[in-house]
Amino acid sequence: MTSSMRGPICFAIMAVLLAIVGFGQSWSVALSILNLCLISSIMALGLNMQWGYAGLFNVGVMGFAALGGVAAVLVSMPPIQEAWAAGGWDMLWTLAMLVVTVLAVLSVRRLVPSGGLRIALTLLVLLCGYGLIRVFFDPAVDAIEAVNPAKTGYLGGLGLPILLAWPVGGLVAAGAAWLIAKIALGLRADYLAIATLGIAEIILAILKNEDWLARGVKNVSGLDRPVPYEVELQASAQFESWAHAIGMETLEASTILVKLCYAGLFLAVLVVIMVLAQKALHSPWGRMMRAIRDNEVSAEAMGKNVTRRHLEIFVIGAAVMGIAGAMLTTLDGQFTPGTYQPLRFTFLIWVMVIVGGSGNNWGAVLGGFFIWFIWIEAEPAGLWLMDFLTSGLSPESALRAHLLQGAAYMRLCVMGLILLLALRFSPRGLIPDPVRR
Amino acid sequence: MEGILNAVVLFSNFVLIPGMAYGSQLALGALGVTLIYSILRFANFAHGDLMAFGTMFVILITWWLQSIGVGIDPLPTALLALPFGMAAAIAISLLSDRFVYRFYRRNKSPAVIFVIVSIGVMFLMNGLVRVIIGPNDQEFGDGARFLIKVREFKEATGLNEGLALKLSQGLTIAVTFVVVIALFWFLQKSRTGKAMRAYSDNEDLALLSGVNPDKVVIVAWVIAGSLATIAGTLYGLDKSFKPFTYFQLLLPIFAAAIVGGIGHPVGAVVGGYVVAFSEVTVTYAYKKFLIYLVPESWEPESLVQLLSTEYKFAVSFVILVVVLLVRPTGIFKGKVL
Repeated sequence: MTSSMRGPICFAIMAVLLAIVGFGQSWSVALSILNLCLISSIMALGLNMQWGYAGLFNVGVMGFAALGGVAAVLVSMPPIQEAWAAGGWDMLWTLAMLVVTVLAVLSVRRLVPSGGLRIALTLLVLLCGYGLIRVFFDPAVDAIEAVNPAKTGYLGGLGLPILLAWPVGGLVAAGAAWLIAKIALGLRADYLAIATLGIAEIILAILKNEDWLARGVKNVSGLDRPVPYEVELQASAQFESWAHAIGMETLEASTILVKLCYAGLFLAVLVVIMVLAQKALHSPWGRMMRAIRDNEVSAEAMGKNVTRRHLEIFVIGAAVMGIAGAMLTTLDGQFTPGTYQPLRFTFLIWVMVIVGGSGNNWGAVLGGFFIWFIWIEAEPAGLWLMDFLTSGLSPESALRAHLLQGAAYMRLCVMGLILLLALRFSPRGLIPDPVRR
Repeated sequence: MEGILNAVVLFSNFVLIPGMAYGSQLALGALGVTLIYSILRFANFAHGDLMAFGTMFVILITWWLQSIGVGIDPLPTALLALPFGMAAAIAISLLSDRFVYRFYRRNKSPAVIFVIVSIGVMFLMNGLVRVIIGPNDQEFGDGARFLIKVREFKEATGLNEGLALKLSQGLTIAVTFVVVIALFWFLQKSRTGKAMRAYSDNEDLALLSGVNPDKVVIVAWVIAGSLATIAGTLYGLDKSFKPFTYFQLLLPIFAAAIVGGIGHPVGAVVGGYVVAFSEVTVTYAYKKFLIYLVPESWEPESLVQLLSTEYKFAVSFVILVVVLLVRPTGIFKGKVL
């Protein structure tokens, strides 16, 4: 098999797998998997930019995806007027104090020569700033969270269409990534990994606990949808006749149409990002990126600004992850910070990129499809396998019941095995990055 | 005077003792990470799950021992089961080394590849633990609950504030003390320990002097697996066992190892206590403490808590970043990653 045929063949196999699910289980299930495959591919593309183009070891994908998710809430939900009236001003003052503190710290660091005095002054300013912020922040939080806590208890959003949230999610994630990059990008690979792991946990801790922002673990549900509701479709006579014309039940046709609409939107985003990513990779900029990845020292000797390039690619990759995160929240129709787990949102994406082929955009997309498919289908497969393995035990056996209960977690083992096998036997992935000469 | 004593007791009860216990658990975890780093030269992301894996076996054996009525009351039965858990953790460490890491070691792969490989191992262990024992909280502590009870302490001293020392906390501190002494003796005095230090310091020179690299690696995994199980069991007895919590412990453990100076055993121990005490002191609400110390008119109205407890990860992280920026070799001049 020539390497140029590998990609198309792999994607064809993927299509066949999805078709098998469509015929075997149902098309609705197949489309659900497809939608998440598309989102996963976008996340994998973002990570591929950071790791595959530039060799940046980012283990904080979860944090950027969650920031995208919260952007969906903040853009699309209607503003809560009472909450703004109760605590809006204090919250704005908090923000002002935060800005003042940051500016004060920066100016201290610029004006005072380095030494003991500078450290002491910086700490003093930080402490004062912290006190001032708490003075405004605490009453603001209490006031906002007291407004109808069962239903709202947060500031609400801007009430704009949710499709706007996708680019905004990307921007929010990019902003956070810029800050993180400023602090952590000077670190070597292992340290950057540990630092980003920590940052993702902190972002999640904030989203879970700051109820005034997006209700924390109480979740925000009922987000705006960019596609029609199933109930509306079922109610329309035109849709009913159309469904009967192609020989489907109205109910089934409506769910499938909604999922197809999502798939179309996601595919459009994927295509746009993919085109841009490919253009960038093959531009002089992309060549410079790869040169830095392959030999940082010689690239620096050629006058390339390595730190600057790393910052760029880190921010761009994070933006792509943020877009995917916003899309995911849109698809779910709710923002649930409690469900963000590093295994699912960070390390799974890593498996996608490694298995697909780091450095190759097509590989990352394929990895996103392939790994998500296995992640979903490994659950029933694990259950089936465990059922088979324990069939010797009596049906009432407590051990069997327990093992069957845990069988769903077999997919974690499967992912580990896939990652280890891929690294061992096909370290350059399903669609390897071609060696360019 | 009594106010000051009360404040001291209060502080010991809620900061000093929990901090010591938590710090000991982190120190044991960080020792394992640092040892693997100095011998195999990579940051092992699977360490948290190795802790969970060993502890899971301790729990299963404990349950079995409890069911047949074997125990060492007032000490927890888990201590009896500890060797079995350690054996399981050692076994899986050696298996993972034989079938996974050895290949990359012989190929002289870059450290980043090792880290990604350890993520694969992490997935595997994570899945195994959840399949076998489930993702939920498990209780396995038994025996006496307290060494010092609040009421008895109050009666004995006549103070307002009571001091409680849980058996699990006392045990943690004592066991850590013994283990750390034994480990340092081993590394400093024994032949194998010296070989390990030589190997960690300069691989080529050690090989040239006839140090057997396979043996060094095996011993490193044996120690790391044992320490991980001990740390995990003590943490489980002190708080509770939940696979996800153990995964999350990875961050403070890494922070501890790096703060102390990665690859440096003393640093790992000191780092463990630094991280633990920073977490506890920053998230403790000082209101009651201050009430005992300041005149009545100065009494604070708020909780005087710098950060709410949910943000304790932020503390490890901030320490980590500050150390990496200001002194990347850590307190005790470890290696730079």
